[in-house]
Amino acid sequence: MIEFLFFLFSALAVLSAVMVITRKNPVSAVMFLIVTLFSLAGLFVLLEAHFLAAVQVIVYAGAIMVLFLFVVMLLNLGHAAGTEFRGSFARTLAGAFGLGLAAFTAWLVMGGRSPMPGAASGSVTDPILPLLQEHGAVGAVAVPLFRRYLIPFEVTSVLLLVAIIGAIVLARKEAP
Amino acid sequence: MSPVLIRIALLVSAALFAIGVVGVILRRNAIVIFLCVELMLNAVNLSFVAFSRLLGIDGQVAVFFVMAVAAAEAAVGLAIIIAIFRHYEDVDVERFDLLKW
Amino acid sequence: MYHPVLPWLILALPLAGAALNGLGAFVWRDDRKLATLLGPAAVGGAFVVVAINFFAMLSAGATGPSVVHLWSWLVSGGLDVGIDLQFDRLSMVMMLVVTGVSTLIHVYSIGYMRGDPGFNRFFAYLNLFVFFMLVLVMGASFPLMFVGWEGVGLCSYLLIGFWYESEEYSNAGKKAFIVNRIGDFGFLVAMFLIFRIFGTLDFVPVFGAAPGTLQFGGAWATLITLFLFLACVGKSAQIPLYVWLPDAMAGPTPVSALIHAATMVTAGVYLVARSSVLFALAPLSQAVVASVGAATALFAAVIATQQWDIKKVLAYSTISQLGYMFLAVGVGAFATGIFHLMTHAFFKALLFLGAGAVIHAVEHAWHGTGRHGDPNDMRNHGDLRRWMPVTWITMWSATLAISGVFPFAGFFSKDEVIWKAGVLGYPLLWGVALVAAFLTAGYMARLMALTFHGGENRTFDPGAESGAREGLHAAPAVMAIPLAILGVLSLVGGWIQIPEGLPLPHVAALEGWLEPAFEPAHEILAAHGGVAASTSPLGGGELTWGLVSTVVALAVVVWIFRVVVRRRYVRADEAPEPAGLARVLYRKFYVDELYDRVIVRPLMALWRGCWKIVDDGLIDGTVNGLASGTRAVGWVGSQFQSGRLGAYILLFMVGVLVILGTLAF
Repeated sequence: MIEFLFFLFSALAVLSAVMVITRKNPVSAVMFLIVTLFSLAGLFVLLEAHFLAAVQVIVYAGAIMVLFLFVVMLLNLGHAAGTEFRGSFARTLAGAFGLGLAAFTAWLVMGGRSPMPGAASGSVTDPILPLLQEHGAVGAVAVPLFRRYLIPFEVTSVLLLVAIIGAIVLARKEAP
Repeated sequence: MSPVLIRIALLVSAALFAIGVVGVILRRNAIVIFLCVELMLNAVNLSFVAFSRLLGIDGQVAVFFVMAVAAAEAAVGLAIIIAIFRHYEDVDVERFDLLKW
Repeated sequence: MYHPVLPWLILALPLAGAALNGLGAFVWRDDRKLATLLGPAAVGGAFVVVAINFFAMLSAGATGPSVVHLWSWLVSGGLDVGIDLQFDRLSMVMMLVVTGVSTLIHVYSIGYMRGDPGFNRFFAYLNLFVFFMLVLVMGASFPLMFVGWEGVGLCSYLLIGFWYESEEYSNAGKKAFIVNRIGDFGFLVAMFLIFRIFGTLDFVPVFGAAPGTLQFGGAWATLITLFLFLACVGKSAQIPLYVWLPDAMAGPTPVSALIHAATMVTAGVYLVARSSVLFALAPLSQAVVASVGAATALFAAVIATQQWDIKKVLAYSTISQLGYMFLAVGVGAFATGIFHLMTHAFFKALLFLGAGAVIHAVEHAWHGTGRHGDPNDMRNHGDLRRWMPVTWITMWSATLAISGVFPFAGFFSKDEVIWKAGVLGYPLLWGVALVAAFLTAGYMARLMALTFHGGENRTFDPGAESGAREGLHAAPAVMAIPLAILGVLSLVGGWIQIPEGLPLPHVAALEGWLEPAFEPAHEILAAHGGVAASTSPLGGGELTWGLVSTVVALAVVVWIFRVVVRRRYVRADEAPEPAGLARVLYRKFYVDELYDRVIVRPLMALWRGCWKIVDDGLIDGTVNGLASGTRAVGWVGSQFQSGRLGAYILLFMVGVLVILGTLAF
């Protein structure tokens, strides 16, 4: 069952990602990215990252993509110009890079440089499940977050503050 | 959870990343380029989560932070695009040479 | 034992004079009082000290050299050159001649340079010249002599181009210096060879070791002496490096008298005489020296017969007489060469000083009438004897001396040279020297006739017009007295060497005096078959030939004189260009033009090539090319900075992938 879902979500993610980059209409592109994000959330769940799956849906797909949509609507791009693809040089470059990169990372993943942990033995000890059982889904992430990673957490909040201010400043209309 | 599935997750992550790169190179619309960047970030998130399955919870914490930063970055980036659009009525990256001295 | 008296003072006085006068040229520019006193006094003082030393040497009866060590100069490895002065019989003669004649010329210059704005500078340079000349003749080693050698070359350049505002004059100075340089190269190479073989450059050890170290007629001896002779050819204006001397007449006439007649140009003869031992060991070099000397004597005399500029005639005459001196030392008659050097100093200096007075007077005459012409050109002279009696008489004295008429000085010295060439086994050169002697008499008579006589056949008589007459004046006392003294010396100066063959008391004062200096050389020559004959190549003894040469010389003088006096001459600027053979001679056989074509122009083309191709093209090209290349590379780099967002995004991705790749490995 898990395997089937896994493959389903994986295929969905990849396919809709391809659609994202090939749609002319930016709204369509955003939509497909949302599909991708949802598929990823599903994969998160299957990988025992429940909290992150929720956050993915709520924040990423829910807030960020909505923001994108707002901007697309605001700029009223639709079928307007500027939504085509780059020139032939970029296309060849993209093709080359895409294929090369994919092949390269695939090679890495398949143990090209160093073998994956557990590749030899066939199974590994699971570091996540004990945590999940102890603290629950949210707690598993929250406990390290507020203990070991407290300072990055606080700094990130400052970062968000800065981003908010920056966004406001950049996007406001000039004073007449 | 068998290592095979984790490996597949990583391959998916690689594929998504590559697709994102292709999208960045290929598209003209600044917003769509942004979208592809978000795609790349998500690919990385998947990779983190997959590895955390093997190596510990720290991977998930990293994803948390990545998401926060991605949100901030998206906000600011889109604000910039809006600012540009106000002046030029266009978001075609081929058209802008504002960075030229 | 002879101890030199105040040796350093001999050098210090002229040097101090030069410094003070030089200072004067800057500080109290137009005030001439100091230079008037100091210039001649510095040299006169040196003469006095030299004379004192002469008598000291005489009474001490010293025969060998006394070397005074002043201080160490160059000490490096095996080389040890000090500031050492050599007082021996040969250097004493040279010192007397140099300081004596210099003093007379300095006194004369007070009058001659009276109106010149560069008065102080002139005496500074002239004193400096005397200083260097003394270093040259007093140096006890080759390097020190070379210091003097170069120094007189420098002063010659400064003094030839004294009126430097004229480009022609400064070019003459440059020509002298550059041509001399070729000779200096010879001097340097010779010094290198000497040091290599002898390990030292001081005269006493080198000449002492030479007979034992060098093989008679061997390669080393020949090479060293040939290179030394190259230096002489440059400095003493022999073929083929004589071309600077006629041009050097651009300088003030006292300069021509002192430097280019009496002293500097004789330095080459002194060098050969000083190195007599080395030359005695190299018969090939001796033959070269003698042949070049004889050839030059004839060649220059021929050219002199067709020159119109009075100073040029005297210049070629000097070249010719220098040839005689080299002929003498070349055949091994070293003392005779020095003897002729001495008498020549007297009568040639006199001739130049007299010519200077003439030129001055004629120039003033032209001023008086408001016209202009070349005061040097003898066609513009004529009948000047009426206005310049002292000059006239003394110049006749010098003319008879140089023509070799008994009993004037030149008879004894020049005929001695010719005689020695004949008896020491050089019949061809003997004949050449004879012919040159008769030519000498001829051109000198021509000079005198043109300048001082023949007024009724000229279209311009300087004294005829009233305006001119005020300009023409006899030389003032300060100029006349040196002329007179030299005139007397031109008569009696030869009487210190009266040969045996003549029905006169035999006097060999100079030869005897110099014998110790040349003894080693004479020994070598005698050992290798140099026995003097007793008759000349055509037979007849010394008396016979003495009579013959005097009579013929006198006859030539009279004959040419009458011919020239009778002929009509128009003013120089109206005169037609000479034609045919006369033109060739007037144009000095086109030697200067030949040098220009064959040497100067190719060299200039080479320099221009070096300039344009090597310097501008290669070096500048490389340097500029590097700069341009850098700019090009920068331009390429700047193409990336298009400012286009799209391009930047692309590059961004490329960078990302590069980083990934690096991290993976």
